[in-house]
Amino acid sequence: MLSRTAESLFWMARYLERAEATARLIDMGRRMAMLPGAYGQEEWRSVVAAAGAGAAFGSDDRVGEAEVCRSLILDEDNPSSIRACFDSARNNARAVRTALTADMWEGLNDGWRWLGGVEAETVRRDLPATLDRIRSLSALFRGAAQTTMLRGERYDFLSAGAFLERADMTLRLLDAKYFVLLPETGLLLDNRDRYRWISLLHATSAVRAFHYVYRGDFSPTKIAHFMILNAEFPCSLAFCYGGLRAALGRLADRYDARQDCHATVEKAVRQLQDREMDDIFDEGLHEFLLEALRLNARLSGELSRAYHF
Amino acid sequence: MFDEMTGDGAEVRAPYSDIAAWIEASGIDALRRHTAEAEAIFRRIGITFAVYDEGGDPERLIPFDLIPRVFAAAEWRRLERGIRQRALALNAFLQDVYHRGEILRAGIVPERLVYRNAAFEPAMIGVDPPGRVYSHVVGIDIVRTGEQEFQVLEDNCRTPSGVSYMLENRECMMRTCPELFRGGDIEPVDVYPEELRRTLEEVAPPACDGDPVIALLTPGPFNSAYYEHSFLADLMGIELVEPQDLFVDEGLCWMRTTQGPERVDVLYRRIDDAFLDPISFRPDSMLGVPGLFDAYRAGGVTLCSAPGSGVADDKEVYVYVPEMIRFYLGQEPILQNVPTWRCSHDEERTYVLERLDELVVKEVHGSGGYGMLIGPHSTAAERTAFAEKIRRDPEGYIAQPTLELSSSPSLAEGGVAGRHVDFRPYCLIGRTIRLVPGGLTRVALREGSLVVNSSQGGGVKDTWVLAE
Repeated sequence: MLSRTAESLFWMARYLERAEATARLIDMGRRMAMLPGAYGQEEWRSVVAAAGAGAAFGSDDRVGEAEVCRSLILDEDNPSSIRACFDSARNNARAVRTALTADMWEGLNDGWRWLGGVEAETVRRDLPATLDRIRSLSALFRGAAQTTMLRGERYDFLSAGAFLERADMTLRLLDAKYFVLLPETGLLLDNRDRYRWISLLHATSAVRAFHYVYRGDFSPTKIAHFMILNAEFPCSLAFCYGGLRAALGRLADRYDARQDCHATVEKAVRQLQDREMDDIFDEGLHEFLLEALRLNARLSGELSRAYHF
Repeated sequence: MFDEMTGDGAEVRAPYSDIAAWIEASGIDALRRHTAEAEAIFRRIGITFAVYDEGGDPERLIPFDLIPRVFAAAEWRRLERGIRQRALALNAFLQDVYHRGEILRAGIVPERLVYRNAAFEPAMIGVDPPGRVYSHVVGIDIVRTGEQEFQVLEDNCRTPSGVSYMLENRECMMRTCPELFRGGDIEPVDVYPEELRRTLEEVAPPACDGDPVIALLTPGPFNSAYYEHSFLADLMGIELVEPQDLFVDEGLCWMRTTQGPERVDVLYRRIDDAFLDPISFRPDSMLGVPGLFDAYRAGGVTLCSAPGSGVADDKEVYVYVPEMIRFYLGQEPILQNVPTWRCSHDEERTYVLERLDELVVKEVHGSGGYGMLIGPHSTAAERTAFAEKIRRDPEGYIAQPTLELSSSPSLAEGGVAGRHVDFRPYCLIGRTIRLVPGGLTRVALREGSLVVNSSQGGGVKDTWVLAE
């Protein structure tokens, strides 16, 4: 397969994953801003930070729902906006049309066309419906890939991109909100803190799943455990690294060659298996998250070197 | 004026009997509904045509007209012989001008037209492409002016586009109007990608020692025909490569893959000569694959079409194609040329300047329907301006009579009405010649318009060749 094709598939998956995660983040912000005693601006700032779009706002700018939605949904000049992500995903898809199945292309192209016609007024009037639509577009694409794509090298590069980006988004989400998870704040447990933790689960569409696993114990340790170490939760770091390891492992078998990225992802998976949440808190959650983000960047670089893109 | 459905009178011609009955039975509303369905399909699969620098939607849809254009079996037999003959003669001409130049020595084609032609590629002199084929896909633009009168308007020897519309129009017709195909007497066109692939395999270079690896070389997603490039690559099951995916090493061409370099034997290139190889063709260009031409010349890779093929298809060389057919094949041309006046000749120029209001004047190197003057539809001011252009650069222009292109029933605002059409078949030349029964019919959707180019309000139709 052409290296450029691998590169485009990898990035297309990343952009779509990012678009979906951003939609969920905005949904989280919307819920938090409706809570009694919400600071409003502060909540929206954390959304912007987690979406990696902090640079789009100055420290004196007003950061409310309207501003965030404008910037993160429709603003083509903000590379983290959902529209920009869809543009980039589609450009990558267009460059490798032949590597996609018709269902995948049509799903993506339909979504891109719809998003191109969405107006700021529509978003303002009906934000929840807009966000739902964006998430369903992403689900449609992923579903089309699941059911129509050959399980060959193309699928492996697509999965690798999706898992890496999802790991990145989870880490950034946690990093933007890590202060609400620090155990000390648990001492001052009140309803508002509880809601703020739960909002993290909303941002990953996982409230019910969490409830199912932890029986309603919404403690910071449990939530952090869920999002970092629980290998069953599809947005957790452990799950994403597992998926990445599997995708890279298939490539290694296919090409009969193991490279740096394989060793790195193996090590990352093993390290998470041995960790306890308490240790991570003891060593510093923020440091842990930064370290993991650096590891992701390294993995991305090693992967592109290994496959010549 | 000749109408494809009713000829010169009001009787429905035999090949159109099914179509006429279908139009009648469907009614205008159903036809419009099917058209909307068809357009939705095109838009959905992303069959768009990129038009940049004009504002508006950069990815436009070529309007699709639902009512097919039909050739009877006998009509096609004659067209086919004419098309094959012409494609052979054009290749023989290319082989000749890059070798001994017999036709120039014989004084049949003026040397100036070849050696001073911008498309002439001196580096090709003495090069022997595999199978002595230069132009592997010849697109011939044909118009009809009467029951028996087919005329060639133009040849395309470089990289003619539009074949994806031939395939998709048919696919779309079969999806939206399946009842039309029940009789099974319409020749299928979907073998084209397979035929193209075989053609390309047949011209593998001497250095190829196994199954040839073929790739389609595209300038990239921003090219107006990119959809077609990806579509054809997909249907042929070959890689779609951009120049940056390729490199030349030890006289062979390689593509960069996830497992390291892989050999490429045949490149179906949909990229202009100037952007093939910055070393050989355009030193100031950053585009292209350095060393590609040397690898080609050494037999390490085959380029389809060969660099320099454009010398056979400009509008002034066109005038001599009937002579080429006589000279190389010893046959009389089956398809006629449109009478053409060359403004480079004093007498002919005088004739043209006196009749600007009747003639169509075209730029010798123009394409896409731009830069032309359609006399009967022009204003006095436009004619004055054009006369000035011709006097300033006589070699840059030719003129032809304004042809009464045949019309074909089309879906217009007020109902079904005749609109002017042309026709482009795609002839494939490898070790053998292949021609899929069909081609692209373009239609000038504006009432009375003679310009069928998609960049100027033209649309496309499905084209049927009826089985014997």
